[in-house]
Amino acid sequence: MLKLHRFHGGLHLDGHKTESLGRGLQQASIPERLFLPLRQHIGEYNKPLVEVGNRVLKGHMIAANSSLICAAVHAPTSGTVSAIEDYPVAHPSGQPDTCIVIDVDGKDEAVEPTLIDPRQLTANEMIELICRAGIVGLGGAAFPTSPKLSRGKANGIDTLIINGVECEPYITCDDILMRHYAAEVLRGTGYLQQILQPTSTLISIEDNKPEAIAEISNALAQTPLANTEIIPIPTIYPSGGEKQLIQILTGKEVPHGQLAFDIGLFCQNVGTCVAIARALERDEPLISRVVTISGDNISEPGNWEVRLGTPISHLIELAGGYSHAPGGHLVMGGPMMGFSLSGAEVPIVKASNSIMVMREETIPHTPGYHDECIRCSKCTEVCPAQLLPQQLYWHARAQAWERTQEFHLFDCIECGCCSAVCPSQIPLVQYYRAAKSEIRAAQKAQFKSDRARVRFEFREKRLLLKKQKDEERRRLKREALQKKRAAPGTGEPAPDPVQAALERVKARKKSAQEESQ
Amino acid sequence: MILAILTISLMAGLFGLILGYAAIRFKVEGNPVVERIDALLPQTQCGQCTYPGCRPYAEAIANGEAPINQCPPGGQATIAALASLLDTEVLELNAEHGDHLDVPLVAVIDEQTCIGCTLCIQACPVDAILGASKHMHTVIAEECTGCKLCLPPCPVDCIDMIPSQQTIDDWKWSAPPDPMELVQDA
Repeated sequence: MLKLHRFHGGLHLDGHKTESLGRGLQQASIPERLFLPLRQHIGEYNKPLVEVGNRVLKGHMIAANSSLICAAVHAPTSGTVSAIEDYPVAHPSGQPDTCIVIDVDGKDEAVEPTLIDPRQLTANEMIELICRAGIVGLGGAAFPTSPKLSRGKANGIDTLIINGVECEPYITCDDILMRHYAAEVLRGTGYLQQILQPTSTLISIEDNKPEAIAEISNALAQTPLANTEIIPIPTIYPSGGEKQLIQILTGKEVPHGQLAFDIGLFCQNVGTCVAIARALERDEPLISRVVTISGDNISEPGNWEVRLGTPISHLIELAGGYSHAPGGHLVMGGPMMGFSLSGAEVPIVKASNSIMVMREETIPHTPGYHDECIRCSKCTEVCPAQLLPQQLYWHARAQAWERTQEFHLFDCIECGCCSAVCPSQIPLVQYYRAAKSEIRAAQKAQFKSDRARVRFEFREKRLLLKKQKDEERRRLKREALQKKRAAPGTGEPAPDPVQAALERVKARKKSAQEESQ
Repeated sequence: MILAILTISLMAGLFGLILGYAAIRFKVEGNPVVERIDALLPQTQCGQCTYPGCRPYAEAIANGEAPINQCPPGGQATIAALASLLDTEVLELNAEHGDHLDVPLVAVIDEQTCIGCTLCIQACPVDAILGASKHMHTVIAEECTGCKLCLPPCPVDCIDMIPSQQTIDDWKWSAPPDPMELVQDA
């Protein structure tokens, strides 16, 4: 049995998991229109591959990009592209972004799949297929899976970690997914092993999910995988964070500025494993995901397998509507790390693991006023990244961006533990997020001004060079002219024509004077 | 007595040689203060400071010929950074040189009207305009610094300055309101 370690700090939170677990996994119906944002991952925007009026089938690639960090978007069902325009999307700014809108025809016709045995494929072919299927990490960060795999493979992976921890309150989508698709989780894990060739594989699940642990254990007993262990870990928030999970399982800390694969580890969410299995076995791109709908303002909380692009309002209808006043407050993600949505018209995207529908009264509104820091240092005690939240707060509030970086602001995982325990109710994470955006904006501006300097200096140099060349040309011309003027036989310079003309005029005047006298 | 004088003279000579060698071996090229000031300026090359570019302005600041508050594109942030570098007082931006804009401008050529005279191409300090004689010109928006230097030479007045496009990636989390300000307001 593996010896487990502890990470610093963390919190024991009310799980609120039972509410959404009662009804199992339900298949959501497809709404009349789907809204698919062009970018649902971390990285560059995709370019649309379809035009308004095109008919698309389920699984059709409708947007892609050629950059390395790629995650194509596919049509989740058959229908007609009716618009490519700005629509509200799941973003903390509440700003709209470009979406492809599909008018659903209800036939759900699919593209003919090309079936191949994944066992026959090489690692690079598998990564290519995962890239084409548009798979991203489904734990919430939505980082494209194929570039992560390429880097992991190049670095060499010692331990593969499958993350079924799901530590944030209210969210149960991974729990339900493990109960219903245990075999697919393991087959996906098998393909990851085939690509990465790790020496050991750890499937970690928090011990508040005994059913999921039982299902995965049964499935593993039926189809054993090499060197694979199921590791139940104690329930503590945020043990599902990649760096925290690595610390629990291996005792290692990911160094500052590095990533897990730099120290031979590779983490992947259980949902991503299922997506990988479907992409490789059935040639099915990522067009749906499991979403938890929960909160205190929804009649029937539960888990649904939802086509991407489904508006949240459709899901709220499926879940029996609002239990209290309609509207309320919508949050994507959990109560600790989620963000508020602009409205129920926002569509489900690849990163949407959970939608919380809360009553306005129960949401602690961002207070316009908070008390002063009393230096109790509770935040420092709970910080899982072992930062000094107090110091970060002072410097962020004073807009001393350099100082915040000296205190490793960018190692903050924004888990919200510090804000949750603060007796003065200081919205600490909000200060950190604001500081991070200011620093990123300044870096962007610096990058642009550095480019402008290079271009300006290059232009100055070019102009100087041109001037020098012109002068050189003029000098040569002048010299050539002077040589020509020198009369060839005599070796003496020819008489100055101006002087000669003046003398001629003088002579003429003189003779005229003599004549008149 | 003589021994002491000799010893001291010898030491002085020796150190002189070392210092002389160091002055040649570790000679600092250019004025490092100018470099550091130039690094803080926004590199718009707009000339609003009355100097022909950011570097000349940096040189003027370093020589004490110009105050630090003549750069409108940099605004108050640049003034604060310069003040902290030079350990001087933070000044208000001198309004004579122009106003600071939160969203930078970018030049756009009305391609219907452009006659292809290349005058703007010659005026652009960062080579951000593309085109050839009697052919349509266009601005590479990514490289445009918004300096407006292309406006005066244009004989057909076909260049407009518009605020650069802000995307969802340019959005910033806002900091919570300062509690002290709220208390004072109340």
